Amino acid sequence: MTGLGAESIRDEGYQAPASIDPMAIRADFPTLHQEVYGHPLVYLDNAASAQTPQSVIDAIVRFYQNDYSNVHRGVHRLSQVATDAYEAVRRDVKQLLNAADEREIIFTKGTTESINLVASSFGERFIGEGDEILITAMEHHANIVPWQLVCERKGARLRVVPIDERGELLLDELETMITPRTKLVAVVHISNALGTVNPVKRIAEIAHRRDVPVLVDGAQSVPHQRIDVQELDCDFFAFSGHKVYGPTGVGVLYGKSRWLEEMPPYQGGGDMILKVTFERTTFADLPNKFEAGTPNIAGVIGLGAALEYLQAIGVGRVRAHEDRLLSYATESLGAVPGVRLIGTAREKAGVLSFVVSGIHPHDIGTIVDRYGVAIRVGHHCAQPVMRRFDVAATARASFAMYNTFDEVDVFVDAVRKAIEVFS
Amino acid sequence: MFDDLYQEIILDHNRRPRNCRVIEDTPHHAEGHNPLCGDEVKIFLKMEDDRVVDVAFQGNGCAISTASASLMTEALRGKTLEEAHELFGAFHEMVKGQNPPESKDLGKLQVFSGLSDYPMRVKCATLCWHTLQAAIEKRKEVVSVE
Repeated sequence: MTGLGAESIRDEGYQAPASIDPMAIRADFPTLHQEVYGHPLVYLDNAASAQTPQSVIDAIVRFYQNDYSNVHRGVHRLSQVATDAYEAVRRDVKQLLNAADEREIIFTKGTTESINLVASSFGERFIGEGDEILITAMEHHANIVPWQLVCERKGARLRVVPIDERGELLLDELETMITPRTKLVAVVHISNALGTVNPVKRIAEIAHRRDVPVLVDGAQSVPHQRIDVQELDCDFFAFSGHKVYGPTGVGVLYGKSRWLEEMPPYQGGGDMILKVTFERTTFADLPNKFEAGTPNIAGVIGLGAALEYLQAIGVGRVRAHEDRLLSYATESLGAVPGVRLIGTAREKAGVLSFVVSGIHPHDIGTIVDRYGVAIRVGHHCAQPVMRRFDVAATARASFAMYNTFDEVDVFVDAVRKAIEVFS
Repeated sequence: MFDDLYQEIILDHNRRPRNCRVIEDTPHHAEGHNPLCGDEVKIFLKMEDDRVVDVAFQGNGCAISTASASLMTEALRGKTLEEAHELFGAFHEMVKGQNPPESKDLGKLQVFSGLSDYPMRVKCATLCWHTLQAAIEKRKEVVSVE
């Protein structure tokens, strides 16, 4: 916390030189301009899916209207255009993540599939009976269940690094839990349930001292901070299109080529082969080895437009704006009697999880919705986190570049009204 | 504004749930779970000759699920199994908005008629009824509404 009062944070937010103008940005997002139950929509469910700007929608429409064709195999003009557009996005993603080589960028259908790809393929090649996979107590189910499946298949063991009361990872524990049997550390970059930002560069240093590779679940981090996979030195990094203002059904897996080259294919099919006979198939090189079948071409085009939009605004300025919103919301909501914030890590981004004594999060969610405020309620696909904080569920507001201080006020007022209903 | 859903009777049964206890020594008990929001409920029934002589619940959940379980226990006492079954059918139709609420006499359960405008919350109210069904049939597996 900054220690400033809510009002001063708000003023500072509007005067800071690096601030972005959320009102100008809002003009780019058609979904935001609507009423819900007679109130202007206040969209605070960005950690689930961010809204898409018009430029992303236009890019997808333009592609289907003008350039649509399958990629990679055609000799005709449209296939060339579609392939060029698709591969150009791979270069954009390489640049966004500062990957060493565009062959290290695999398109998937989202973070979940990216992690499943690694669990399945890396697991097949490198994990055996008695081996260990290390995750943390703040993982999304997408970074728990794939590893459980591998453990079951291979007779390996899943170990979980604990977190403290604030929702911060216990790094010392992580260090001691890496054993000669540890084959991989899989950790979330920013927790979707708590907002905690994990020190993944430090985690990679610790793991690499013991020659253990690290996978980073970046679903929540790409929209909030600059990512440099070489600087972080992570071995794998996964993220989704729909959390970075892009379409659903598309995502990315970055992997160091030294691992990807040794890993067997995840799925078999078209596009991932060099030569097929009934006796034997020779697989294609990276990245095609991991992209069997016709990919989500329009989704990739949309993702490219979304990344272009995010980079034009500047992810650093986006983060600065969201940090001010988060501080302001933390102060305002924290001052409401009966509210308990879940997740108070010193390094937080984008997410404000809370419970109100005596009121179930579902009732809060339903009531604030009637004031036009869209928040998420439930376990956020992180049931172990809920158990850690001894709650069945939480309510969660999550912020994006287009949210305003006024919207935070509407949200906090709506929570107060929910409390009145139950008083 | 929320008179249609969070009516005083629902808020009251949420604050002070009736029949919120365990009934020992009965084979008729079951557990229900709503994985979407984490609501949990246990239903206990005591039957004599096809008639519900006692019914109770324990649970952890939102106001709608707690009030629904509480009001269900009140509505069921003294009913035959057939009557209980009919009541569930009529309740289900009402909360899904498939029947005008006046068409059946649902008594106090009528307060849930506003739920048909909140389709995401219907399962909160029906969880206890599905679990009741399992308790009647002495089913051991946890009932899940999803």
